[in-house]
Amino acid sequence: MKRSVLPVLTVVLALLVIWYGAAVWLNAAWAQDRATRAGVELSLAELVADTWAQDKPKLPAPHQVAVELWETTVEKKITSKRSLVYHSWITLSATLLGFALGTALGIALAVGIVYNRVMDMSVMPWVIASQTIPILAIAPMIIVVLNAVGISGLLPKAMISMYLSFFPVVVGMVKGLRSPAIMQLDQMKTWNASPAQTFWKLRLPSSLPYLFTSMKVAMAASLVGAIVGELPTGAVAGLGARLLAGSYYGQTIQIWSALFMAAALAAVLVGLIGLVQRLVLKRMGMA
Amino acid sequence: MGAGAGQAVAGQGAAPAGAVIAARNLDLTFQTGDGPVHALKGVSLDIRKGDFVSFIGPSGCGKTTFLRCIAGLEEPTGGSLSVNGMTPDAARRARAYGYVFQAAGLYPWRTIGRNVSLPLEIMGYGRAEIAERVARVLALVDLAGFEKKYPWQLSGGMQQRASIARALAFDADILLMDEPFGALDEIVRDHLNEQLLQLWARTDKTICFVTHSIPEAVYLSTRIVVMSPRPGRITDVIDSPLPRERPLDIRDTPEFLDVAHRVREGLRSGHAYEG
Repeated sequence: MKRSVLPVLTVVLALLVIWYGAAVWLNAAWAQDRATRAGVELSLAELVADTWAQDKPKLPAPHQVAVELWETTVEKKITSKRSLVYHSWITLSATLLGFALGTALGIALAVGIVYNRVMDMSVMPWVIASQTIPILAIAPMIIVVLNAVGISGLLPKAMISMYLSFFPVVVGMVKGLRSPAIMQLDQMKTWNASPAQTFWKLRLPSSLPYLFTSMKVAMAASLVGAIVGELPTGAVAGLGARLLAGSYYGQTIQIWSALFMAAALAAVLVGLIGLVQRLVLKRMGMA
Repeated sequence: MGAGAGQAVAGQGAAPAGAVIAARNLDLTFQTGDGPVHALKGVSLDIRKGDFVSFIGPSGCGKTTFLRCIAGLEEPTGGSLSVNGMTPDAARRARAYGYVFQAAGLYPWRTIGRNVSLPLEIMGYGRAEIAERVARVLALVDLAGFEKKYPWQLSGGMQQRASIARALAFDADILLMDEPFGALDEIVRDHLNEQLLQLWARTDKTICFVTHSIPEAVYLSTRIVVMSPRPGRITDVIDSPLPRERPLDIRDTPEFLDVAHRVREGLRSGHAYEG
C-alpha cells in the first residue's frame, strides 16, 4: 500500500504541473488582449496570476475547479438548483435505473444466446450493430419517441443508459455461461441433470467473475448514457444539463467541475462493484 | 434382464446371466475433417456384477471412448450395448452409474460436503437423507471431518477422493472411472489404489477403470482388458488369478509379475499391427 502512494503522488503532481502550464499557455492571449485594451503592460508574474484567475478561462486552473466544486457541493443546500450534489443525484438515479435495466436485459439475452441455437445465430450480430450507431444520434430520437407516447423524465434517460450498458453484459455473460469445462457439463449429464439445474448450479455460478467484470464496464457506460441523454433534451437538471449550460454561457469552470463530478461518480460506482466482486468471489472461493 | 433384453442385445443372443454390461460388435466412428476415425471397432465384452475391470492401452485405443459409451455420453454407430439390461441412455437416466473423471472437478464455491451433495440435490433427495449420505460416503473415502472445508484447502489426492465419494453418494451399482489417479504422484496413487480396493470389497460395486499404468491395472483388477489403437479394439482379456484380498506387496509376487508380463505382451502385439 505504502509503496504505491509515492508513484501515484508523482503522477498527480506531474499532471498538476502540466495543467497549470497549459492554463497559462491557453489563457495568456485573453489576458494580454485585455491588458492592451486597458493600456497596461503586464509583468510575467502578473500575466501568470491573471491566467489562473479569469472568470471564463479557456482552461480553468485546478484550484478554480476545486473552489467551484467546494462551493457547489459543500456550501450549497442539496435542494438548491445550483448544488452539484442535486444535479449528480438526477444523473445518478438515471444511471442506476439504466444500469439495472441494462444488466437484466444483458443477462436475459446471454441466457437466450447460450440456450437457444436460433438466438445464438441471430441475436449477436444485432447486438454488435446496435453499438455501432453513435449514441448521440439515437439519443434524441429515443427521447422524442418516448415523449410522444407520454413517457418523460427519468425513464427516457435510463433507456439510453440501458442501450449502452447491456452490451458489455451480453458479451461477458455469454462467455461466462459458456465457461464451464466440457467435463463439468458431461458430469451434469451423468447425473441426468435438467437444463435448469445445470444453469443454476453450474453455469450461473461459473459466470459470476465474468458478470462482475462486465458490470464495471456497464456502469461506466451507463453514466455516459445518462449524461448524453441529458444533452439533447434541454434538460434543466443533471450533470449533462450542467455541461450544456456551461458551454452555452462559456462557464468553463462549471463544465470542468461537472466533469470531475462525473468522473468521481464513475470511480465510486465502479469501485463499489469491485468491492462486491471481491467479497462475493472470495466467499465463493474463486478469488 | 429378461423382458428388457430384446432391445439391448441383438445378434448373438442375450447376454450371459450376471452380465451388468454387455457389448456386442460395438463400433464408433467419428466423422472428422480428415475422414472417418474408427474410435471403436468390433468391441465385444461382458462385464459381470462385482467385477473390477481395467481398460489399458495407449492413447487413442478407445478405452475412454468405450467408457463414455457405457455412460451414454457417446452414441455408438454400430453394434449393441446394454447396461443393467437397458440402453446406456436409459441407464444414465436411471442413474445406474457414478462417473469419476480424470480431474476431480469439484466446484470451488461449494464445500466438500456440498460438493458431494450436489448430485443428491439434483436427484431430489430430502435434506436429512442428503446429510446422512454425505456423512456416510465421506467416511467411506476417509474424509470424515472435511465436510466444511473448501476444495482448495485439500490436496489433489483428497480432492479426487471427494470426487469418488460424490460418485458413490447416490448408490449406483456401477462405478465408471476414467484415469482418476492419472494426475497424482506415485505415492498418493498407491495409497488411493489400496483404498479403492477396500472400498470395492466393502460395497460390492462393479467398477470399470481406465488407466495407462500396467501395475495399477494388475493390482486393482479381476479382469484386464488390453486395447490397441487405429482402429480402437480389444486385443486381449486377462482374468486375473490374484486373490480378491490384495496387500500392496502382492506386487512383488510371481503371479503378479506374470499377469503384468501378459499385459505388456498384449500391448506390444497391439502395436505390432502398425508395423
